[in-house]
Amino acid sequence: MLELREVTKNYGGLRSLDSVNLHAEAEMITGLIGPNGAGKTTMINCISGLDHPTSGEIIFDGHSIERTPAHRITGYGLARTYQNIRLFNQMSVLENLIVAQHSDGRATLVEALFFLPSHLREYRQQRERAFELLERFHLMNVKDAPAGSLPYGDQRRLEMARALATNPKMILLDEPTAGMNPIETHELGEHILQMKEDGLTILVIEHDMSLISQVCDEVYVLNFGVIIANDTVENIKQNEEVIVAYLGRED
Amino acid sequence: MEFIFDLLTPYGITENTFQNMLIAAILGISIYITLYAGLFSLANAGFMATGAYVSVILTTRYEWDFLLAVGAGIIAAGLISAIISVPVLRLSDIYLAIATIGFGEILVVLLRNFDRIYELIVNKEETITGGATGIKGIPVITTTEYLLLYLGIVVFLMVRLHRSRFGRALVAIRQDNKVAANMGINVVYYQNMAFILGAMIAGGAGALHGHLNRIILPENYGFDRAVDILTFAVLGGTTTIIGPIVGGFIIAYLPEILRRTDLVGLLGDIFGTDLGRYQANVRDMTVGMILLGVIVFLPQGIASPAMWRRVANRIWNLFNPAEKSDA
Ligand SMILES: Nc1ncnc2c1ncn2[C@@H]1O[C@H](COP(=O)(O)OP(=O)(O)O)[C@@H](O)[C@H]1O
Ligand SMILES: [Mg+2]
Repeated sequence: MLELREVTKNYGGLRSLDSVNLHAEAEMITGLIGPNGAGKTTMINCISGLDHPTSGEIIFDGHSIERTPAHRITGYGLARTYQNIRLFNQMSVLENLIVAQHSDGRATLVEALFFLPSHLREYRQQRERAFELLERFHLMNVKDAPAGSLPYGDQRRLEMARALATNPKMILLDEPTAGMNPIETHELGEHILQMKEDGLTILVIEHDMSLISQVCDEVYVLNFGVIIANDTVENIKQNEEVIVAYLGRED
Repeated sequence: MEFIFDLLTPYGITENTFQNMLIAAILGISIYITLYAGLFSLANAGFMATGAYVSVILTTRYEWDFLLAVGAGIIAAGLISAIISVPVLRLSDIYLAIATIGFGEILVVLLRNFDRIYELIVNKEETITGGATGIKGIPVITTTEYLLLYLGIVVFLMVRLHRSRFGRALVAIRQDNKVAANMGINVVYYQNMAFILGAMIAGGAGALHGHLNRIILPENYGFDRAVDILTFAVLGGTTTIIGPIVGGFIIAYLPEILRRTDLVGLLGDIFGTDLGRYQANVRDMTVGMILLGVIVFLPQGIASPAMWRRVANRIWNLFNPAEKSDA
């Protein structure tokens, strides 16, 4: 579904990603772990089009996307969340979920101006889809509140719901449980497993090994921009190099 | 219309003042739409000039029908904005503001020297823009009804825009353009469209303004005008469409308030001299002071619904001390 070939990203003299090869199998959950500053977020930015790699190829669902603008990548069916939550804070929860369905919409300003039925129908459909997501992520009772006013855990779930609202084939989650307690983390893991069941491909970045163990089929380990291991969760936990680079150090 | 002025003239709002207020409101909306898309552009004075000159030349030189000429002014402003949007909208924030001021100044210089340039190219002397002395003897065709109609159309457009896929995309872009892109929104396209829409609204205001005063001059549409337009939006606020309208109304009405309260005379008494010839400066200073107050105390603008709700709540609580506010 997603493949990175020899992806390198330089920021000035700093090499954040160094010849990274990664393959995320369709309808599987791939984990990406690594210490702070390893280049995990950089990788997600390059895949989602917020940034572009210095060299290398990124192929998503048959499209070469390393130079494609972000909005078109979303149109191909790739969605993401952010390590530091980035909701549209002044919009309501419901509006966040409606604006995320932009790519699926067709209605033009002219249709809106003349109240054409096509415009109204589209809006009604988008509202219905938003309500399904509100239900699923337990956000129905806050649907009219500004997104910025929600408690932290709700914001995390809204980000995930909003990513799903773009109707993706694959979703990239950047530390989705950062700042959550173990119970919330486990509950979020259940949401992630549900997405896999629904046929989505998932790439999840995490610090929390319990979540990785709970959901991942395969794990990549990134250290100083280099992939140092790629294996099943069980094997990764035994890997000497990984233990030295990452697991041995608690943070 | 007459009955409106019967109501308004006691407050010093003559037909002419009212017309200026309407134009200011429309111009306020023209910058509101670009701010709505997260663009800090000061180009709308230039687009107003485009609309004014194009439509006036068409009605006076080529005897076009007035409404057709206004339409042509709107389209001309749209075309020019589409062309300059390509280089200019790559810039953001203060850089965009500076580049758009530059555009406005270039346009003013161009209008001043248009006839000379024309003569150089075509080798024929002709008065088209009339240089620094402008175009004179323009028929006064614009009426209050036309202005009200145009304001109505523009407000309707904005209200519908607000409730459309287009408008939601703009709001998303203003809040976080990177995330908006990740939501599938083509940021460049929508910002261009907002820029062009704002230009067309300003172009129409210019066309109507051009047929209001018998004369148009390049400096009617220079830097001062660009700042004025921004002032309408900042004073009124940009959270809703009401903001730029209220802002435009207040600032266009202000000279009248100053005249009626005789602020200049009052200041003159305080300083012991006659400040009569500083009338315009006093107006600018007052606008400046009001703006400063608004930016410091009402950053959302005078017409911010949230602020008025707070004020209403506070007054309500004042008269109902038993019920403690639980907000
Ligand atoms: N936009 C940027 N400009 C310059 N350096 C950056 C940028 N983004 C990330 N970096 C650098 O790249 C390295 C990897 O960062 P990041 O991808 O955020 O790591 P992680 O998400 O694994 O903690 C860090 O050294 C960081 O400072
Ligand atoms: Mg990170």
